[in-house]
Amino acid sequence: MYRYDELDQAFVDQRVAEFRDQTRRFLAGELSEDEFRPLRLRNGLYIQRHAPMLRLAIPYGLLSSTQLRMLAHVARRYDRGYGHFTTRQNLQLNWPKLAEVPDILAELATVQMHSIQTSGNCIRNVTADHLAGVAPDELDDPRPYCELIRQWATLHPEFTYLPRKFKIAVTGSPQDRAASEVHDIGLHLKRGREGDIGFTVLVGGGLGRTPVIGQVIREFLPLPELFAYLEAILRVYNRHGRRDNIHKARIKILVKSLGIERMREQVETEWQASRAGAPRLDAAQVQRVHDFFRPHPYATLPDLDVETGREPAFQAWFRYNTRAHRVSGYRSVFLSLKAHGSVPGDVTSQQMEAIADLADAESFGEIRATHNQNLLFADVRQERLYPLWQKLQLLQLATPNIGTLTDMIACPGLDFCGLANAGTLDVARQIQQRFDSLDYLYDLGDIELKMSGCMNGCGHHHVGHIGILGVDKHGEQWYQITLGGSANGFTALGEVIGPSVPQAEVAATVERIVEVYRARREGDERFIETLQRVGMQAFRQGAYASHPQAA
Amino acid sequence: MRHILRQRDWIADPWRYLGEPDAGTPQHPDVIVPLAQLRGDPGHWAAPPGGRLGAALAVTDAPEALSDLLPRLALVAVEFPNPGDGRGYSQGRILRARLGFRGELRAAGKGVRLDQVFLLARCGFDVLELADGVDVEAARRALGRYRVAYQPGDPQVRLERQRFFA
Ligand code: SF4
Repeated sequence: MYRYDELDQAFVDQRVAEFRDQTRRFLAGELSEDEFRPLRLRNGLYIQRHAPMLRLAIPYGLLSSTQLRMLAHVARRYDRGYGHFTTRQNLQLNWPKLAEVPDILAELATVQMHSIQTSGNCIRNVTADHLAGVAPDELDDPRPYCELIRQWATLHPEFTYLPRKFKIAVTGSPQDRAASEVHDIGLHLKRGREGDIGFTVLVGGGLGRTPVIGQVIREFLPLPELFAYLEAILRVYNRHGRRDNIHKARIKILVKSLGIERMREQVETEWQASRAGAPRLDAAQVQRVHDFFRPHPYATLPDLDVETGREPAFQAWFRYNTRAHRVSGYRSVFLSLKAHGSVPGDVTSQQMEAIADLADAESFGEIRATHNQNLLFADVRQERLYPLWQKLQLLQLATPNIGTLTDMIACPGLDFCGLANAGTLDVARQIQQRFDSLDYLYDLGDIELKMSGCMNGCGHHHVGHIGILGVDKHGEQWYQITLGGSANGFTALGEVIGPSVPQAEVAATVERIVEVYRARREGDERFIETLQRVGMQAFRQGAYASHPQAA
Repeated sequence: MRHILRQRDWIADPWRYLGEPDAGTPQHPDVIVPLAQLRGDPGHWAAPPGGRLGAALAVTDAPEALSDLLPRLALVAVEFPNPGDGRGYSQGRILRARLGFRGELRAAGKGVRLDQVFLLARCGFDVLELADGVDVEAARRALGRYRVAYQPGDPQVRLERQRFFA
């Protein structure tokens, strides 16, 4: 993985010093709350319902064991001994003290971590496929490009005060596992006619209040032009994006109002006019970063049959929680942060430390955070899978439910988030309880359930096969259900099935919906495929059958 | 009297905005004219008697609209109405990097605060009309808040290290 050089280290150290000074000025009354807000936000610090919330950056989801131990340490020392992994591959601390945040950031800087630009109207943490570098279907590893973009975007003098937040995702596989089409910019690695690396560039995707799927603005952008072209897009956005209405300020609204053709014209014109003055991305720069992501020193091993003769519980785990690796003899292993009865994405300090030790022993000392709020050991020897499974079980990290209904995404909701309309964690628990039979879950197969506590859509409900959105009805918590969304394989936005339901009815409604699937599926059709074939109406009827309360 | 931070010097502003009482007087012949008025009658503003000409851009103005006038302009002032409005950074970059403007580029408005001055200087603003209440000494220090940067930027901010170059 990438290691800081002197420039990177000096930068984060100077950033900590700057934020220490800003925090001091705020606490001394020299900065008003209004003046301090944009500054703290650009360092990942929100003031939430109960306390500040600090969002720590995990660039493109990649962590070393040393870094994870540090996260365990700061969560224990400055917080309540746990952290929450988000859909943007970051980690949130829910209870830090404002005055201690500079100390947290100083500790993080000692292991090459920071919280820079994890919130605020600026370029956010760039995300990538969690199987980057190991997926068999990959064209090229997106992480070196993510790292280059991270550096280019860090305290960019021109783009630190944008109309609104700005998210970039990069994917190197035809199977998009980074939800890149619902990002402000999605970059798909491609090869040009001469075999050179470049990108298909999508623009204007996003979730939130107005969910939109990104559109292709350029079919092929050669790699050396990456920064110049990104700057052209950002400049058009910075100048013309709306600033009068926070709900209309994302680039997707600008793209919608201009139309993709005019947007493309403006960006191309800007690019041609300004590329000479834009940062160059020369071969040496690219090579320097690439060298950090060279394949691990894998052993030469045969693929093994590790399932035969093992107990069914291991077989289930193997089937659901591990994935093929491009190197024979290895597999990638998900650590499920969706144990039934737990908060999706939450990990304790103790677990983090144990995970760090296991990563050292079993996976080259690296851990990845996935956008589904799980963790991943990317490079595990197949012969080590069984003992690893036994250890993960003891840590409550082996629930064999990856890809199933209870591997749901949920934002923190009303329990933690100041913007929430409704709780998500109680609903998650209800669903876990109702679907606690693994056999039933396996029978239902691959279903993506995603839940947000308000229209901001941090839980990506729009792109869940089943989406759940918390709404406030006269002070009560109700939930709107959407069906048919997808961000995995193909991108589609879900459709609302009808009136929202009260909290106590959500899990039962979900069950009635999946029962329609069980009744109507053909062959080994997946939930989303049956839904596409038979249409919404059957599901709508099923969802509200025997449901007098819906209003 | 208005003061400005020019590079690191705190000096009385020799310029006047059009409409200020002493603008265009023999003591203050250097006048900053809003883009709309300048464009409306460029001939009229061709040569202010004995003084220099500057243009003021509002946040919604396109700096490209100045391109044919730039050779006659000694100054362009860009508006930063609040710290969160970042349009002026792009206006500055376009003036410097694309249109090659070498005159005085000034940032003005309530948005020109301590925590913005480093970014402003990196984008090519060499004169700052600091917002009310901003401590001058602190602003001078803030110009050197970072000694490294990833992106290319205006050379007035001296850096020890920089990653990417134009
Ligand atoms: S979706 Fe709403 S409730 Fe959930 S984390 Fe985002 S802002 Fe908070």
